[in-house]
Amino acid sequence: MTAGVRRAAGAPGGSRAHRPVRLVVIGGSWGGLDAACELLDELPAPLPVPVLLVLHRARTSDAEVLRAAVRRCSGQTLVEVEDQRGLAPGAVHLAPPDYHVLVEDGALSLSLDAPVEYSRPSIDVAFGSAADSFGAGTAAVLLSGAGRDGARGLAQVGQAGGWTLVQAPASAQRQEMPAAGLASWSPDVVAAPQELGRRLASLIGAEASPDERPT
Amino acid sequence: MNTEPDETVAGPGGDRERLEDIEASLLLEGIHRHYGFDFRQYARASIRRRLWRRTYAEGLDSFTGLLERVLHDPEVMERLLRDLSINVTSMFRDPAFFAALRTRVVPLLRTYPFLRIWNAGCSTGEETYALAILLREVGLLERSRIYATDINEQVLATAAQGVYPLAKMREYTENYLAAGGSRAFSDYYTARFDAVRFDPSLRDTVIFAQHNLVSDRSFNEFHLIVCRNVMIYFDRQLQNRVHHLFLDSLVPYGVLGLGLKESLRHTAVSQRYEDLDEERRLYRKRP
Repeated sequence: MTAGVRRAAGAPGGSRAHRPVRLVVIGGSWGGLDAACELLDELPAPLPVPVLLVLHRARTSDAEVLRAAVRRCSGQTLVEVEDQRGLAPGAVHLAPPDYHVLVEDGALSLSLDAPVEYSRPSIDVAFGSAADSFGAGTAAVLLSGAGRDGARGLAQVGQAGGWTLVQAPASAQRQEMPAAGLASWSPDVVAAPQELGRRLASLIGAEASPDERPT
Repeated sequence: MNTEPDETVAGPGGDRERLEDIEASLLLEGIHRHYGFDFRQYARASIRRRLWRRTYAEGLDSFTGLLERVLHDPEVMERLLRDLSINVTSMFRDPAFFAALRTRVVPLLRTYPFLRIWNAGCSTGEETYALAILLREVGLLERSRIYATDINEQVLATAAQGVYPLAKMREYTENYLAAGGSRAFSDYYTARFDAVRFDPSLRDTVIFAQHNLVSDRSFNEFHLIVCRNVMIYFDRQLQNRVHHLFLDSLVPYGVLGLGLKESLRHTAVSQRYEDLDEERRLYRKRP
C-alpha cells in the first residue's frame, strides 16, 4: 500500500465547510510537545470536541512531568488514555507511552501491536483509526518530528474527507515528519503552530455556525 | 489508489467503512461457525488492523477474499490465529507492577498453605516465567500451582519450551532488577548461540493449558489472577463478561492484576473489588 497519494492541486475544500469536526487528532514527535502547546493555546477551553494527542514518548517517560508541562502551557485539561476511555469533549486525551491508541466509535482502545514507523504510540495508527470511525468528521494535525510516522495516516484522513493540517516545516524543530506528511497528501492548512491553532479553532467553531467558512 | 472523497453523500469515509465493516463481520462469523473461535466481540479497530495484516500477507485485498481462504484452508486459519493471539511482551514488563506484587500481594499470599495462580492469556510465556521467578525468590513457588492458559495450543507449546532470544535478555534484566529482583538474572537461564533456555525447574509448578476466555467457563478458584494487556483487544461487553468469569474464579480476598492502562473503573465489577494498589492495577475481591 503506497502512501504517495496526492490530492489534485486546487481541489476544492470549500464543500466540506458544512461538515463539522467531531474529533481532533494531533500527532507529533521531537518538537511536537512545544508545537502542540502553542496550538492548544488557541483552542477554546473547555474543548467542544474531543482531542486526542499522540506524542512519541519513551516508555519510561514520566507521565506526571508531561502532564504538568502541557497543562502549564495550554490551560487545557489533560487526561492520559486508559483502555476503553470514553471520547468526551472538554479534555485533551494523551496517548500513553508504549501503546497504540485506536479510535473506536465512542471510545479509545489500546493495542500492543508492533511499532509502526518505529513508533508506539503511532500517529499513523491513530489517524487511520480516526478516519475509519469518524470519517469526514476528523481533523488530523501533523506536527514537528523525525521520521515519517503520520504521513500515511494523514492521507487516510484526507481520503475519508476529513480536515488535514500540517505544521509548516520551516517552523518545526524537526522538519522530517511534516515534510513526509506534505509528500503524502496535500493538506488543507500548512502553517506555524499558532496559526494552525487559530484555523483549528474556527473549524471547531464551525460546528456552531455551519454556514461560516474558516478564513 | 488516487481516490477523491465522494462528495455526493453525507459521509464519504462512512460509506467505505461500512462495507469493510460488513466484510469484517462476515469473516468473523465464518470463523466462529466453522472453527468455533469467537472473535466477534473483539475491539473492532485493533482486530481490523490484524485482519488486514493477514489479508495482505496472504496476497489478498479484501476480507471477503480472506474469508474464502480461511474457510477452505485450515493452515490459513492457523496463521490468522497466531496473528490474533500472539501478544508480544517482555519479561517483567512494567517492573512497577511486579514490584507491587512483591510488596503488596506476596504478604497476602503467604497466609495460604497452597496457592493457585492463573496467568490468563499467557501467550508465549514471558509473564508466566516472570511470575515463577518472583515466587521462587520470595519462597512461595514450591507451594504454588501456576495455570498458564491461552487460546492457542501452538503458542502454549512455545511457552512451555522456555526459550527466548538472547538479544532480549538485556531488556529483561533491566526490567527484572527494576522489579526488585534479588539475584543475577542470568542465574535463571542458560545461553546457547543466540537463544536462552530458562531453568526447566521453573516450569515444574506450571500447567500450560488451552483455555478460551470468550467461551470457556471458570475451572477453578484462584488466589491470584494475572491478566495483563489481553482484554485491551476485547470490546467493552466482552470485557465485562470476562470480568465476571474472573470474579467467579477468585477466592474471597483473591487478587486480580491487570495491565498498566487497564482499570476496573469503567467495568461492571468495579464495586466487587477493593483497591489494593489502583495505580499498579491490583485489586482484591470483596468477600
